[in-house]
Amino acid sequence: MADPMRIRAQAQGDKAVVRVLMSHEMETGQRKDSAGKTIPAWFIQEVTASLNGSPVLTAQWGTAVSKNPFMQFTIRGAKAGDKVSVSWVDNRGDKRTDEATVA
Amino acid sequence: MRRRMMLKRGAEVAAALAAAGLWPAGAHAAWAQQAFDAKGFAEALKALGARTPQESKDVTLTGPDIAENGAVVPVACACALPGVKRLVLLVDKNPNTLAAVFDVSDAIEPQFATRVKMAQTSNVYAVALMDDGQALFAQKEIKVTLGGCGG
Amino acid sequence: MRRGLLVRSGAWAMATLLAGAAAQAQKNTADGIAEYRKMLEDGNPADLFEAKGEALWKQKRGPKNASLESCDLGKGPGVVKGAFVELPRYFADTAKVQDLESRLVSCMQALQGFDGAAIAGTPFGRGEQDNVTALATYVAAASRGLRFSLPQGHPEERRLYEVGKRVFYFRGGPYDFSCASCHGEDGKRIRLQDLPNLTKNPGDGVGFAAWPAYRVSNGQMWGMQLRLNDCYRQQRFPYPGFGSEVTVALGVYMGVNAKGAESIAPAIKR
Repeated sequence: MADPMRIRAQAQGDKAVVRVLMSHEMETGQRKDSAGKTIPAWFIQEVTASLNGSPVLTAQWGTAVSKNPFMQFTIRGAKAGDKVSVSWVDNRGDKRTDEATVA
Repeated sequence: MRRRMMLKRGAEVAAALAAAGLWPAGAHAAWAQQAFDAKGFAEALKALGARTPQESKDVTLTGPDIAENGAVVPVACACALPGVKRLVLLVDKNPNTLAAVFDVSDAIEPQFATRVKMAQTSNVYAVALMDDGQALFAQKEIKVTLGGCGG
Repeated sequence: MRRGLLVRSGAWAMATLLAGAAAQAQKNTADGIAEYRKMLEDGNPADLFEAKGEALWKQKRGPKNASLESCDLGKGPGVVKGAFVELPRYFADTAKVQDLESRLVSCMQALQGFDGAAIAGTPFGRGEQDNVTALATYVAAASRGLRFSLPQGHPEERRLYEVGKRVFYFRGGPYDFSCASCHGEDGKRIRLQDLPNLTKNPGDGVGFAAWPAYRVSNGQMWGMQLRLNDCYRQQRFPYPGFGSEVTVALGVYMGVNAKGAESIAPAIKR
């Protein structure tokens, strides 16, 4: 399984600001290796997030998102103690889900 | 035989809808291949099924004036209006212009931040696709430099 | 920046005007770069390596199936906080001055049974070397905000400082470069990168106080060993061996010079 994400969820009034760092190569498919062969594209295509089990976010990414991607978004109606879960799926079908508690 | 043909046809239509970005947000949408393959601002938006976009003060795109390295450029997009369906980030001069598509639900604020790769100095766009079909955008030119030795 | 120009008064006025304009344009670019770096501070991918390093520190691994939790980084077995800002230092059990990365490898050998020489011979970014980088990131992070205070009480520590100074000024290779060629004076730069003067304290979070760092240009985590390795590559010198006395001596020289500077490691770099 891929390396874990770092998720920080901070309560701000009646919202929670969520910051996520994901561990992923995000290979564009444009680079060539030292032998001159093109390194195939390998990147996160879909990101989803949920609050206490209810889906709140879906995103589609292309190869232009940076390596070891960072994402920030804000959930409405969240409070300290709520559970935020973030998942990603890449173009090879690999996936990863991690969870954090709103602080 | 007929059922197989019908299923195949159904799958083709679904794929076309998904590629055009008209597949409903929230359902497990197929990845918008056509949009992500498009080159240039206009072509990418068309592939997402968006109308001709209008520049709007209600859409904000935040980013640095100059990026020390094009591999990691921090950008944030937001829309101050209600009724946002999607927020889209595009880098005009990238080999593939469309960088990211965020579906906005009632549960989240219409604002996102991420980091994108920029092949060269380029206009970066944040486009809000609204529930009523409008497309509103903000743009900013971000310069990409060649830095020094990496220290 | 000083400019020594010998021209007649009219041309002199013009020259200073132009120099002023150029300096102004440069300052605006410098501000722009500073803004870009500030925007990246929150959400440093180094956090991913720090998390990996913490897990590795606690995990039972190697032929001896042991964790690194009793590794002595200079402040006693298992004490991680504060260790980074006192390295390199002398260790009695290995009878030599060691920097963070070579000390981690010693612990991996002694406590976990790994082959230290094999790890030293592994290229950066591969196998156990990758783990050493993650561990170094974790240890450095535990001292974030603390100020450098390398010990110089032991004769070996003082000897290595002097060795480090000589190595710093030693010119060689096809361009006859030394570390001092780039880092020996105030106000030098390569393109948009300001070069810190490492012959003295270059300030908080600069130079020795900024590594390990995540480099956005290649998405790699670099410890001081790899940073020095790449400096030698840029000088067109042969690569120093991992953990070699030359690299540790340079660490002592830079670290002692940086006494009192605040560590921001693990940082984020171009």
